[in-house]
Amino acid sequence: MSQAMVVDDSRTIRRILTRTLQDIGYHTVEAGNGLEAWEMLECLESPLDLILLDWNMPEMNGLQFLRKLRADRRFDDIKLMMVTTETQAEQMLEALEAGANEYVMKPFTRDIIEDKLRLMNAL
Amino acid sequence: MTKAVPRTQDAVDKSASITQENYRFLQQHVYQHSGIVLDEGKHYLLESRLIPIVRDVGLADLNALCHALRGVGQAPLRNRVVEAMTTNETLFFRDKSPFDALRLKLLPELLAAARHRPLRIWSAAASTGQEAYSIAMLLLEQGVQPSQVEILGTDLSEEVLARAREAVYSQLEVNRGLPAPYLVKHFTRKGMSWELQERVRKMVRFQQLDLRSGIRPLGMFDLVFCRNVLIYFDLATKRAILEQIRGVMQPHAYLFLGSAETTLNVDERFLRKVVEGAVLYQSMEARA
Repeated sequence: MSQAMVVDDSRTIRRILTRTLQDIGYHTVEAGNGLEAWEMLECLESPLDLILLDWNMPEMNGLQFLRKLRADRRFDDIKLMMVTTETQAEQMLEALEAGANEYVMKPFTRDIIEDKLRLMNAL
Repeated sequence: MTKAVPRTQDAVDKSASITQENYRFLQQHVYQHSGIVLDEGKHYLLESRLIPIVRDVGLADLNALCHALRGVGQAPLRNRVVEAMTTNETLFFRDKSPFDALRLKLLPELLAAARHRPLRIWSAAASTGQEAYSIAMLLLEQGVQPSQVEILGTDLSEEVLARAREAVYSQLEVNRGLPAPYLVKHFTRKGMSWELQERVRKMVRFQQLDLRSGIRPLGMFDLVFCRNVLIYFDLATKRAILEQIRGVMQPHAYLFLGSAETTLNVDERFLRKVVEGAVLYQSMEARA
């Protein structure tokens, strides 16, 4: 079973996203910020296939986490989608250049998440 | 294609009226069940999406619908409302596989067949333009010059075609199906919306057309997208439309139908093929 991590400081958003991912067959883990996600990533027993990542979070924000992730060759195969309230084209470009594979602007629907996963060949 | 629903102005005004309290109730209901924020002043959206339900279940107006939604045992109605508010948009890159087939297999073949003339592509149920513009963006990404292609988008409704020509899309619309790199590259943020850049807009021409009328004057095409429109018609009309479409397809041309549509048992003079997971059709007569 593929494994995905949902990183968001909102418990509600984490719940919505994990439910969507579980319904389409992912095993999921959750983290409340970038730092927590990084620590979890280091000690996961099975590899991650996908990360859904918020931008604005305490401790370590989404962009900082993304840059750290993409600088580490161990995690080259992980697909990453930003799911964020940041909706400016410049921010989107910044995230894509930092290595995000896709970008979803909040608010989102389940269909939007599934469509984007399909684009990433992650569905 | 957008289906025109004839109705009187009086009927619209009466059934579309909604109190502020009920508007807020629907905002909350849609948000709770879909995550979609329905802004203030979107009465036209409520009307276009929910009035068909109001009529179908025999209610007087949107207020009566809200009253019904508050009642017990109304889960199917609640789901229907949420679904009506969140689906039926025309998506960018809808279904993905036809675009994969075009990018990976069909494009070189079609360009070679068109040779010294522009490649002609028809989006037969263009609605608000997402399909035609998806094709245009894909071709640009593949290095096709705008002068090498003519894309025609047609629809029954002038209203949706006006939106297609304007090419300004809401955040929700660009969120769905449009790859983020395409959004960044081909759109410009305009307030809360996103405007498609002129370079892409100029590749597509839109024209009002009823598929049931003569389509010969449109000329011949190398590729036809006629997706999710035949489902609205009865068998005889489907047959007539498919025959007309065959008449405007070049011998090498391909036709894409919607994922729930087929020529099988409707028009047996099409040859079905599967390319990159996409089902497409060629005219048998042309190839004979």
